[in-house]
Amino acid sequence: MPAGVRFATMSLPLLLGLPMLLLAVGVYAIAAAQRPEGGRQVYGIALFACVVLLALALGHLLAGRAPTTLTLPLGLPWLGAHFRLDALAAFFLIVVNLGGAVASLFALGYGQHERAPERVLPFFPAFLAGMNLVLLADDAFTFLFAWEFMSLSSWALVMAHHQEPANARAGYLYLVMACFGTLALLLAFGLLAGPDGGYGFAAIRAGTTSPGFAALVLVLTLLGAGSKAGLVPLHVWLPLAHPAAPSHVSALMSGVMTKVAVYGFIRIVFDLLGEPALWWWGGLVLALGGITAVLGVLYALMQHDLKRLLAYHTVENIGIIFIGLGLALAFQANQMYASAALALTAALFHVLNHSLFKSLLFLGTGAVLTATGERDMERLGGLIHPMPWTALAFLIGSAAISALPPLNGFVSEWLTFQAILISPELPQWLLKFLVPAVGALLALSAALAATCFVKAFGITFLGRPRSPAAAGAVETDRYSLSALFVLAALCLLAGILPGLVVDGLAPVVSLLNGGARLMAQHDRPWLTLVPVVDVKSTYNGLLVLLFMTLSGFTAAFLIHRLASNAARRGPAWDCGFPDANPAFQYTAGSFAQPIRRVFGSIVFQARERVMMPPPGDLRPARFEVKLRDPVWERGYAPVAHAVVALSSRFNYLQYLTIRRYLSLVFGALVVLLLGMVLWR
Amino acid sequence: MHGLAFDIAHFLAGGMVVASFLLLYQDRLSALINIFALHSLVLVLAVGWQAYIQDAHHLYVTAGIALIFKAVIIPTALHRIVRQLGIHRTLEVVGGVGRDMLAGTALVALAILVMLPVTAGADALAREDLAFALAVVLLGLLLMVTRQNAVSLVVGFMSLENGLVLAAAGARGMPLAVEISIAFSVLIALIVIGVFLFRIRERFDSVDMQAMDTFREGRRK
Amino acid sequence: MALIADYLVQGCQMLLILLLAPLLTGWVRAVKARLLRRRGPSVLQPYRDLSKLLRKEVVLADSASWLFRVAPYLIFAALWVAAALVPTFASGLLFSWTADLIAIVALLGTARFFLALAGLDVGTSFGGIGSSREMMIASLAEPAMLMMVFTLSLLAGTTELSSVARFMLTAEVGLRVSLALALLALVMVAIAENARIPVDNPATHLELTMVHEAMVLEYSGRHLALIELSASLKLLLYLSLLGCIFAPWGMATAGAGPVAYLGGAAIYVAKLALGGLLLALFETSIAKMRVFRVDQFLGAALMLGLLGALLLFVSRSL
Repeated sequence: MPAGVRFATMSLPLLLGLPMLLLAVGVYAIAAAQRPEGGRQVYGIALFACVVLLALALGHLLAGRAPTTLTLPLGLPWLGAHFRLDALAAFFLIVVNLGGAVASLFALGYGQHERAPERVLPFFPAFLAGMNLVLLADDAFTFLFAWEFMSLSSWALVMAHHQEPANARAGYLYLVMACFGTLALLLAFGLLAGPDGGYGFAAIRAGTTSPGFAALVLVLTLLGAGSKAGLVPLHVWLPLAHPAAPSHVSALMSGVMTKVAVYGFIRIVFDLLGEPALWWWGGLVLALGGITAVLGVLYALMQHDLKRLLAYHTVENIGIIFIGLGLALAFQANQMYASAALALTAALFHVLNHSLFKSLLFLGTGAVLTATGERDMERLGGLIHPMPWTALAFLIGSAAISALPPLNGFVSEWLTFQAILISPELPQWLLKFLVPAVGALLALSAALAATCFVKAFGITFLGRPRSPAAAGAVETDRYSLSALFVLAALCLLAGILPGLVVDGLAPVVSLLNGGARLMAQHDRPWLTLVPVVDVKSTYNGLLVLLFMTLSGFTAAFLIHRLASNAARRGPAWDCGFPDANPAFQYTAGSFAQPIRRVFGSIVFQARERVMMPPPGDLRPARFEVKLRDPVWERGYAPVAHAVVALSSRFNYLQYLTIRRYLSLVFGALVVLLLGMVLWR
Repeated sequence: MHGLAFDIAHFLAGGMVVASFLLLYQDRLSALINIFALHSLVLVLAVGWQAYIQDAHHLYVTAGIALIFKAVIIPTALHRIVRQLGIHRTLEVVGGVGRDMLAGTALVALAILVMLPVTAGADALAREDLAFALAVVLLGLLLMVTRQNAVSLVVGFMSLENGLVLAAAGARGMPLAVEISIAFSVLIALIVIGVFLFRIRERFDSVDMQAMDTFREGRRK
Repeated sequence: MALIADYLVQGCQMLLILLLAPLLTGWVRAVKARLLRRRGPSVLQPYRDLSKLLRKEVVLADSASWLFRVAPYLIFAALWVAAALVPTFASGLLFSWTADLIAIVALLGTARFFLALAGLDVGTSFGGIGSSREMMIASLAEPAMLMMVFTLSLLAGTTELSSVARFMLTAEVGLRVSLALALLALVMVAIAENARIPVDNPATHLELTMVHEAMVLEYSGRHLALIELSASLKLLLYLSLLGCIFAPWGMATAGAGPVAYLGGAAIYVAKLALGGLLLALFETSIAKMRVFRVDQFLGAALMLGLLGALLLFVSRSL
């Protein structure tokens, strides 16, 4: 037996063994959490497991191996637990375990500062194991079990600091939304399996679903996976729950778990459901994606809490991913597989990119939190001086997420734009209008994202410290820094060598797209990215970086050599205003004020009020801003009110006599029997 | 199909849509009236071009009427009214130009979405003309809905009527008599409206529609 | 040998725009002065300013960080590369495929990102006001610009500028409303992005109105020289863009030989002069608008761009 084949048959058991190892570590951590070296051990083993998983998945994807399957006699007795490793699972395994490995590395340092390690350590490896198992599952039961396991272990992590009342509320909301999502997925799988109950993914793939049921499955999947990923209007739990967890877990939840949700959507809609029957599926997903992208970034701009800002920003990026997926669905519905390949590549590329820079930013926030104990941007500032390396890594992450060339965020947005630009070929009228409108939304969200991250980085790291805590910060430890710089380097690499990433994604795309993929990019001159030959649009991140470096350094060299290199320190000029107090700086709120006036007055009904006391009155002037969350007020509050009203209405049932209860049971039985008679 | 004739017709009809957008963007009355004159001028050119390519002489008459009445007389009259009412310097408080323009873009999309599938059999020129004309009509209505000043309402109404003429020019075979009667009815409408404006102004000291609304509220109580 | 010649031509283009940029700024200032019946400084004044600033020492604020010192070079590099990628006297140069129009827009975004950060770095109220307003303007201008890119690419079938320029010379283009809308949108964006009247005033340090100048208030010496040069490059970039897309006549094609290149360069300079003249005329004939009118101005640009793309999506399928 040749080594490659043996490896291929061996890799799946090995892949499954590692999540088991993680689970075992989780159990061990219950005992080890109290010991000082326990954290190191747990995170070290998690790091090891993630790196091995990453290597195996990478090997599988790059070697282009055929899917391997494995059935274990676990779970439902007549079904067993099916596992399968194909290109799609391998790609998402890479995303999950890259994030997992870096978060573990970061936690080697960061975990030392944990106040309640016994509430974090057991669940962290369990969470990682749950995500890995979702990706490997090959039947509905295993998938849902792993999905729920992932949800519950992450819920436990959200509740790690449950003493804070806001966290308890976040955990409650998260639990409700997670249950709702799983219910929707359960129903979707029920419809997919059909009356015979073929719950194995292979059986579902082989079977056909009627168009009406298929549409219902799409909607249910959007509800189930979309609520986990944070699609508007199902996002409400996300910006509360993600920041509540410790920062390395926030990085995992925002950077990685949302991608597992995207995986769920792709697996069900692109793989299990087969061909999309109707074009409006694509339109629906596209419109949702566009709205999610813009609303997400607008919400993010209004936040002052650094972690919450990042969490809202995750919502935006999920929107961008779903724009790509929606385009791919629309193209596939019209048998335009070459275009669908471009859209899918863009979406998957953005999945990878977002997992990189969002993890980086959350981990950077963790470093800030350790150094200052503050998440509120209004109390930070000037951190670039005590924490230059963290600042550099955070800056790279901010630039990448703002889609600035030559970093990676730009490449995936560029690919999405290219996919939008080839869409006038779509025959449906509604799509013809929807696509440019979504293009405008995407452009708007990209520009707003840059604003958002000028705010996030500028207010937190630049300027002067706004509180003693910020003034007394020190640089974070070496483990954390190395984790940050691994991610920053990957952001840069994926940005300047996008062709290689696109080639790596090709097997996944062809799996989901009936064999069509983008052409190979690695043999292009200078590794230029050429998505579609006849469109002739090209981008070369490597050369852009090269030219920028060359011209920047040439300018610096010539100026310092020939003109002047003298520099002197002095007080800030500020148009002649002396000794400005740090409180005079622009704050996060004032930075966002123009945006709040332009967009917020429409979306959030933002109202500003200035109360200026009359001259002679010594009261301070007050400035008030009122924002209203349209999604919460229009969507959730009525439902919550209705539930409360209904339950208080039915509350009297709690105080009935036993005879009344019996008569209720009896009545219900009779009604059911009558129903059966009438149904016949 | 995409010859120069089509291109110019497309350009002029599209120009009317753009002029309607410019109307939406204005918040000063005199600028609004000037843009309306431009709107009418583009209409004249569009109708004239239709007359040329369809070889329909009566359309030249339509264009001529439009030029005299809509591009010259009505704007002049409106300018005079505005000056006599003493409101030529007032800024109209518009509730967000961006929102209006967004709504306008959606209306254009709607017009095209409605018109193009319906007229699938006709030739490309007439289809596009009709779609643009409907867009101009809808934008005129939007202008009337979003403005508070009575003079802006008049301008919205006139631009709406320009859209109707554009549609009539694009769809071949509108009789000349109808054209002329429409043109005159519009003129009479202007006179009537003008008279009413002065009467309103005498009664309420303002031509702001809100003032009239509050008056009505007061009566109802 | 041919390869070396190609490299040379590409190098010439990069040098040309670098040398022309201050001249363009000087030209616009001179025309404006003339229109106001002032004599004004010579068109060469920006060169003198730059050389003087370059030789002066830099005064850094006490609270300035390393980012403040690196940012001018980054901004300059991004803008220079972006401007060099716009075809000027010849299309289809050696590295013209490095970045398409979307990437050029994004490179401008990179420069703006770092400029806004530099404005926040010292921690003064003026820097903050400038950064915050600049980002507000950009958040509407960039989408408007991208909608213009959409329109172009729907017409030309590509977002690569040399191909767009070649396409615009063919008869296929025709007379299109969408193009007029795109031109209008691009001009509006160009005015806003270059901090010209009516959006911003490049010649004033009046606190309540300034955007760009507020951001760079703390810069001095060689850093300020680089920022000023970058601003000139940006103006040149937008004018070259307008020329290359909407007036591509007289542009040489790659490999046409030195004579054709010279001719192309002469026509290019003429285009710039005309553009600068029009800009100066426009600026002297209009008043500066309030900051919170700017969003309406740019919102209109965005809507015009969107309208152009919509119309094109439709008429392509007729």
